Amino acid sequence: MSAFDTIVHLVYLACATAFVIGLHLMNAPATARRGNQVSAAGMGLAIVTTVVVLAEGGRINAYAAWALGLGTAGGAVAGLVAARRVRMTAMPQLVSLFNAVGGGAAALIALGEHPASTQAEVTGVLDVLIGALTFSGSLIASGKLAGRVPGRPIVVRYGRLISFGLAVVAAVMAVLVVGFDGGAPALWGAAAAALAAGVLLTLPIGGADMPVVISLLNACTGTAVAMAGFVLGSTPLIIAGALVGAAGAILTKLMADAMNRPIGAIIAGGYGTGDAVAVAAGSGSSSVREITADDAAIQLAYAGRVVIVPGYGLAAAQAQHEAVALAQALTERGVEVSYAIHPVAGRMPGHMNVLLAEANAPYEQLADLEESNPGFPRTDVALVIGANDVTNPAARRPGNPVSGMPILDVDRAKSVIVIKRSLGHGYAGIDNELYGDPRTAMLFADAKAGLGALLAGLSAYAK
Amino acid sequence: MSPLLLADLTVFTLGLLVGFEVISKVPATLHTPLMSGANAIHGVVLVGVMLLAATISTPAGYALLTVAAFFAAMNVAGGYVVTDRMLAMFRSRS
Repeated sequence: MSAFDTIVHLVYLACATAFVIGLHLMNAPATARRGNQVSAAGMGLAIVTTVVVLAEGGRINAYAAWALGLGTAGGAVAGLVAARRVRMTAMPQLVSLFNAVGGGAAALIALGEHPASTQAEVTGVLDVLIGALTFSGSLIASGKLAGRVPGRPIVVRYGRLISFGLAVVAAVMAVLVVGFDGGAPALWGAAAAALAAGVLLTLPIGGADMPVVISLLNACTGTAVAMAGFVLGSTPLIIAGALVGAAGAILTKLMADAMNRPIGAIIAGGYGTGDAVAVAAGSGSSSVREITADDAAIQLAYAGRVVIVPGYGLAAAQAQHEAVALAQALTERGVEVSYAIHPVAGRMPGHMNVLLAEANAPYEQLADLEESNPGFPRTDVALVIGANDVTNPAARRPGNPVSGMPILDVDRAKSVIVIKRSLGHGYAGIDNELYGDPRTAMLFADAKAGLGALLAGLSAYAK
Repeated sequence: MSPLLLADLTVFTLGLLVGFEVISKVPATLHTPLMSGANAIHGVVLVGVMLLAATISTPAGYALLTVAAFFAAMNVAGGYVVTDRMLAMFRSRS
């Protein structure tokens, strides 16, 4: 190994170290931004080093250099524009889109490289299969999150049979590549089968399961990038791919646990409609107590401790600014306010926290499930905004669709106010026992309108 | 298995373990920026595309290279910027 190669290798090692340190700094809100910057610096160094490697080797021809330069410039501009313009509510579909193109690029690497060894053939096939599957799967997921593809589960006729057929095709292509020097045609065949499979597997998955799906696709892209690293013999790709694979795997498990759903059942699809069906107020449950916005405002104003429980309904109504305004108004009156955030609130892992942070909620007030639950018994009012299944006490009993699901112990608060459009069911399709609790009062309204009315009531009656 | 493959496999496995260790400490509050930041890290695939460029010399290859470079650059540039935008919003009470 020449001195130049050694230095390049060491610089790449430094880049990989920057990725790990960057991720490590993400373990606290105060240092997370610096962590991302450290990681970006490592990335910049890796790219500059690779430019030097290409220039030093002198092997890249002029056309390839132009293709690389133009593609990179165009992609960077597209990425920057999308990243600067995106609204925080649209974050899940953008992250999904970036995930798709990453997987696509990884697949294209194996399609462009002529494998020199059996090792490169095996990892190349894996790269193409995983990368192409994530590319089309993430694009469909992104489309579903953006509302361009219907969020409800789309059941394709004979879908399972077709998926099985595609798996057989992919396996045959893989054998051709590795065992019979099938080369590029077989690799492209594998890519086509994986692309189709990605679409077919993502279409039947409903909106409620999206946090799990995009975590899983994220893990797949990481793995595809690592496989591309095996094909090229490039250590930074292997390390970065492994890190992302681990991140995606952890998030997938956390999300599936938080929904109490096995990952296999989620991939099978057919669950969650993307948006709760609005049912007329008063139906479904026998005796619920209604409350007017003014009464609710007074109850909040004279409480000592209020916990806000935001759910999907708040994100869908984009009412995060109103929620934070209410929290600030209460804080100014001397009420102790915090937010209790269930892991699957929002449309991707941690999405609700980003929405609230955007609305200027201080991160000290954002509490997760474990932090929140011990506090409910000493909470005067739990204000539930558009959250349903994650507050259903029935989860503590066996024998129903939410059994065993980790819930927020809202029913243990001294009183509960629920802002909800109707008594419609959540994704689990069952009545929420919380709504029938004598300590619970229902404020039937859209999250945004309901919070607006509460704010108005607060300034009118609680001076 | 070649020594090279064994070395790569070792790096991959240790990378996974380090990843599990580091990432399991990230609080739920930061899971969206974490996913987006991890997404940006797999933008390192751009380095792979650059290495691939050195081996390409056909018109079809140039087309593939352009698309791959576009995808990878979009992933890396957009990923870091959007993550930074999100993290800049996480403010303390003071």
